[in-house]
Amino acid sequence: MINLFEVNETNKMIEQENLDVRTITIGISLIDCIDANIDILCQNIYKKITTVAADLVKTGENIEKKYGIPIVNKRISVTPIGLIGASACHTCDDFVKIAKTLDQCARQVGVNFIGGYSAIVSKGMTKAEKLLIQSIPQAMKETELVCSSVNVGSTKTGINMDAVKLIGEIIKETASFTKEQDSIGCAKFVVFCNAPDDNPFMAGAFHGVSETDAIINVGVSGPGVVRKAIQSARGKDFGELCETVKKTAFKITRVGQLVAREASAALNIPFGIIDLSLAPTPAIGDSIADCLTEMGLERVGAPGTTAALAILNDQVKKGGVMASSYVGGLSGAFIPVSEDQGMIDAVEAGALTLEKLEAMTCVCSVGLDMIAIPGKTSAKTIAGIIADEMAIGMINQKTTAVRIIPVIGKDVGEKVEFGGLLGYAPIMPVNPFSCDEFIDRGGRIPAPIHSFKN
Amino acid sequence: MEKAIITVVGKDQVGIIAQVCQSLAQKNINILDISQTILDGYFNMMMIVNMSSSKEPFAIVSDQLEKLGESIGVYIKLQHEDIFNKMHRI
Repeated sequence: MINLFEVNETNKMIEQENLDVRTITIGISLIDCIDANIDILCQNIYKKITTVAADLVKTGENIEKKYGIPIVNKRISVTPIGLIGASACHTCDDFVKIAKTLDQCARQVGVNFIGGYSAIVSKGMTKAEKLLIQSIPQAMKETELVCSSVNVGSTKTGINMDAVKLIGEIIKETASFTKEQDSIGCAKFVVFCNAPDDNPFMAGAFHGVSETDAIINVGVSGPGVVRKAIQSARGKDFGELCETVKKTAFKITRVGQLVAREASAALNIPFGIIDLSLAPTPAIGDSIADCLTEMGLERVGAPGTTAALAILNDQVKKGGVMASSYVGGLSGAFIPVSEDQGMIDAVEAGALTLEKLEAMTCVCSVGLDMIAIPGKTSAKTIAGIIADEMAIGMINQKTTAVRIIPVIGKDVGEKVEFGGLLGYAPIMPVNPFSCDEFIDRGGRIPAPIHSFKN
Repeated sequence: MEKAIITVVGKDQVGIIAQVCQSLAQKNINILDISQTILDGYFNMMMIVNMSSSKEPFAIVSDQLEKLGESIGVYIKLQHEDIFNKMHRI
């Protein structure tokens, strides 16, 4: 039988170490909404989303009550709109119309974000997908809750450099369209290599075409709990450190699994996966950087940081897969800068640079995330940063992503405030040398040799 | 049987258990087990209760116990036992 010690341990995690379920995300397929008429398409989308997700927020709140654990976000992801809008959208404005419909749906059902204003263009872009990408700046300006993503490469297809170049320009444009709000539009847009179909986390969530009609994916988190566990292994060798992190990840994931099953039963929607990513928030103690420094680094960015992150990421996965048979999404440690107080401090102390962050992305769960750079950075330099990150993903057969914000009108030494879960960030310097000729080549980087596994 | 765990934490005083038990009795909730300690003057109790026969739904009981806790000056939390079972048992 459960004893007092175990009950106290669980409740201490929740109350003092910020253990929470980060998100319940319903993935909804919009394929059956497709129509050649844009207005009918928007109606179909509105009807489907508001029906399927009608009880999501209420169900989430009931589960919170039943188990006494906070569920921070309730979200929706949909089939990439680049596909759904293909026959109805002939201009960028048509796509923006769909974005506005998604925004309305999100408000109607009370979720905090809706993802899937996306296109999968890892090998080539259809006419519609190109239009969708071009509509992103306007869509991000005119909506508040819609998140957008574009997958520009994969290990199987190589990297679509035409798309990378275009996205460099789109990021700049999105930044200037939302310059009055510190270019916040860019915080809702992410570019991927090897994007998973079942990621519940924003801004990159979309409902892949390999998925069923509707599915529940749950993201659990708890960097504070992991940090506390690492603290208990102070001075111990790596074997013991790894064991400690692994056990903690197991416990966290089990809670996520419980919540996922419960939500799935209550909403009568099948359970998809648990994403066991450690995701920080700007709250004190809810930091990935703190986990790394607790391992024995003075600051994140110091030599040893990549190794420490590799340990953290791998042990989280190992503990998690023992706890749930259906682990998916991104699963690992996120290292966003603006959302993590420890990372912000490291940047401000001069310990953490863009280049070190890039190295860290080779072993973390995703990539360059929530990084503010000077607004004057050129579109081609941004494309170069994206190309580097995509190459890491392609060659290492992992998901990588870039969510970078060129803050218009601000430069190194200044700060940008996004508010809420997005936090604030110091503007980081970017290597000033040019990659223009490289980006201007155009075309596609062929798939790497190890993609030929047939 | 639908079991839940009630935890009560706070400064020790006369009648904490009595008031919690009285509230549970009114709702027709049976107590299966109680363990309690005093740590540095702080009252720390765990109760295992059977919710199946409760007159009120889970969420309402949870809110009422929380309010009761506020009036006594202790912290009361009701949780379904599964969160502990899942976390601590394979």
